[in-house]
Amino acid sequence: MLTALYIMLGLALALGITLGISALLFKVEGDPLVARIDAILPQTQCGQCGYPGCKPYAMAIAKGEADINQCPPGGDAGARALADLMGVEYKPLNAEHGLPKPKSVAFIDENTCIGCTLCIQACPVDAILGAAKHMHTIIASECTGCELCLAPCPVDCITMQPIAETPDNWKWKYPVIPIKAMPADGSLV
Amino acid sequence: MNSIIQFASRLIRGQTAETADVHKFHGGVHPEGHKQLSTTLPIAKLAIPQKLVLPLRQHVGYIPKIKVQVGDHVLKGQMLAEAEGNVSAAIHAPTSGTVSAISEAVIPHPSGLPDMCITLMPDGKDEWTTLQPTDWRNSDKKALVASLRSSGIVGLGGATFPTHIKVRADGKSQVHTLVINAAECEPYITCDDMLMRERAHEIIKGMEIVKYLLNAEKCIVGIEDNKPEAIVAMSEACKALPDTSVKVVPTLYPSGDGRRLIHLVSGIEIPHDKRSTDVGIQVFNVATVLAIYRYFTFGEPAIDRIVTITGSVNTPQNFEVLFGTPLQTLIDAAGGVQPDTSHFIMGGPMMGFDLPTIDVPITKAANCIIAATPDLFAPPPPAMPCIRCARCADACPVNLQPQELYWFSKSDNFEKARDYNLFDCIECGCCTYVCPSNIPLVQYYRYAKSEIISADKAKEAADLARERNEFRLARIEREKMERAQKHAERAASSKAENAKTETAKTEEVKAEVTGAAERPAASTSTDDAKKAAIAAAIERAKALKAAAAQPGDTQNRPELKAADTPKTIDKPAQTEDEQVRAEQAKKDKQALIAAAIERAKAQKLAAAQAGVTPKNVEDASPAVKAEISEIDAIREKAKQAVKTHDSDSEA
Repeated sequence: MLTALYIMLGLALALGITLGISALLFKVEGDPLVARIDAILPQTQCGQCGYPGCKPYAMAIAKGEADINQCPPGGDAGARALADLMGVEYKPLNAEHGLPKPKSVAFIDENTCIGCTLCIQACPVDAILGAAKHMHTIIASECTGCELCLAPCPVDCITMQPIAETPDNWKWKYPVIPIKAMPADGSLV
Repeated sequence: MNSIIQFASRLIRGQTAETADVHKFHGGVHPEGHKQLSTTLPIAKLAIPQKLVLPLRQHVGYIPKIKVQVGDHVLKGQMLAEAEGNVSAAIHAPTSGTVSAISEAVIPHPSGLPDMCITLMPDGKDEWTTLQPTDWRNSDKKALVASLRSSGIVGLGGATFPTHIKVRADGKSQVHTLVINAAECEPYITCDDMLMRERAHEIIKGMEIVKYLLNAEKCIVGIEDNKPEAIVAMSEACKALPDTSVKVVPTLYPSGDGRRLIHLVSGIEIPHDKRSTDVGIQVFNVATVLAIYRYFTFGEPAIDRIVTITGSVNTPQNFEVLFGTPLQTLIDAAGGVQPDTSHFIMGGPMMGFDLPTIDVPITKAANCIIAATPDLFAPPPPAMPCIRCARCADACPVNLQPQELYWFSKSDNFEKARDYNLFDCIECGCCTYVCPSNIPLVQYYRYAKSEIISADKAKEAADLARERNEFRLARIEREKMERAQKHAERAASSKAENAKTETAKTEEVKAEVTGAAERPAASTSTDDAKKAAIAAAIERAKALKAAAAQPGDTQNRPELKAADTPKTIDKPAQTEDEQVRAEQAKKDKQALIAAAIERAKAQKLAAAQAGVTPKNVEDASPAVKAEISEIDAIREKAKQAVKTHDSDSEA
């Protein structure tokens, strides 16, 4: 009777120590959940969700402060992926935070630009090139299309231009079978 | 059991000794060949057309950089666009003439979208630029490969992969076998067949060059057994080159696929995640080898190719066509189309695509143009549901599970499709060919592939954006820290200096005064010193004025206070220097006042704008709530801007 008790006690002690040591050894830095949520988010850093960037929104979701349907650039697929990850019911996008738009990039009308640098300060990914009293321009390949540069521009010289389809980014379409109009008398041709 | 059946079928078919040692790959189909249509006439040279349109995108990889301008007169073989980046190919003028436009035009691409093209108006002289043949036997291999980069030669079998990359030694693997792809398994296409019949000796010379470049030990030419004339011609020519053999492979689509052909001729199956060079084999198309021969022996870059024009044209034939020739010219040369022609297919009927319009040029990829009629290519019957008969799996030459891939692609389950090795699919169309439900399987795979590729690109862009955003936040934080540190340092040093300079100054001034009294007749050296001091003072005053004009710059104010204010008043024996100083001190004060006013104004302005400007620049890490309010403000403004923009555009 006592031996059994000692064995169990010893086992509990040994396992407890192993667990304790491994918890120290294999400690995970940071919150892996935030990183996983952040990986799903589109990283436009547009702030439409109500948080100042994708990472803060990811943190808010992880904490349970924010809902999964506040990211319009992520679209429906993004909301689904987030619902999947968080193990919650899928919700359609909340229209309060805006609607999904086709991906576009900002474009500076260089004739109008006065070189005030306000857009440079607003750009969350440093995708605007320029200096005080010098013309600014957008690095199109780095632009996330967040539209944050539109508001600060005092001369409204920035517009959003949807990305055009080229043979480079063209995609094969989902196969559809064309529907043919049947003759009125119903006979098959 | 399988081996018995194979043995029996071999007996029945009465295979020759040559085909006995080929290693059959899994699957494959036997579509109707239709090759005899275009093999009755020899290869003809197409006359120079009225206009040549050369798309920049004629190969796999980066588009080349344009080297000419509109209005330039170019000679035949002159480089029009230069290879840019690693995977890219140059484009040369197919004939002499004038560049009339560099603009967008429809290119032969399944999208039917326009792309950048160089339009050349031939002058009819067909005048060559100075060609530089290379003595390849006595040249450095690296130099040869480098020169091949500017040859514009790409894989002419249809894949259009830049050739210079394929002969480049990567240092990892040694190629021991060169396989020449002459299988030409797709129905209708006969350009390689005719090329081998007519120019076998040139092809052999090209093989010799490629073999030398690759350091290969042996060379195998794989030809399907439906091209007896080509087999004879090549076998005859191959006698001139040691360690070279012609291997006849049975006619089975898709034996012309590189990996399938390697399997057929050598029995080696290349792992799906490896390249053929990893096992020491490199594959070249016959036409590519010929182009390499012409480039090194005559210096001729890639300016033309053999194109099969067949289908419902009046005289199907192979033509030697300059790149950029309008399709219509080629069709006219083939006697025009029959009246019921509905559309044109570029490439073969299995892997090719319907041309969006007839107004497209012939490019490096155009091995075959088929004029299609509803009789030849009946529109596919409506697709029926998949019955999981797995006939597609039996036909798949890559040993995939096409029916599974179909389910995943159809339901947008892309991750799963990727797991089932969707990207190993060569889009040969065998599955579509055998499907009893007429499901356009390859179209689903193409759709899934391009969706996955674009999602991957988006992910890459998102990762880049995240990195840049994090770097920006870190930078702002760092700048803030640096600023705070600077402030602290300056505050500390100005305190210490205040105390020090006051005593030092008074002593200095005293010494100066006594010195002046001792030597009233000033020597030249003190004069110079004085002048310098005056000049310095004037300059300082100027700098101060400038500083006053720029209120943001507050750098040198504390020193001014410390250095210049205390000493002006009680010095009765004022030297010239000190008069200047006194004046300057007055100016200093004015400047300081002006600067202060300016600063106050600027602060007021900033305070007024604080509500609307994106202030997350200034404070990167404070409480989330503050930031939310800022973002709200920004969005408010954005909404207004959009509204006004909308109303503007409406107006």
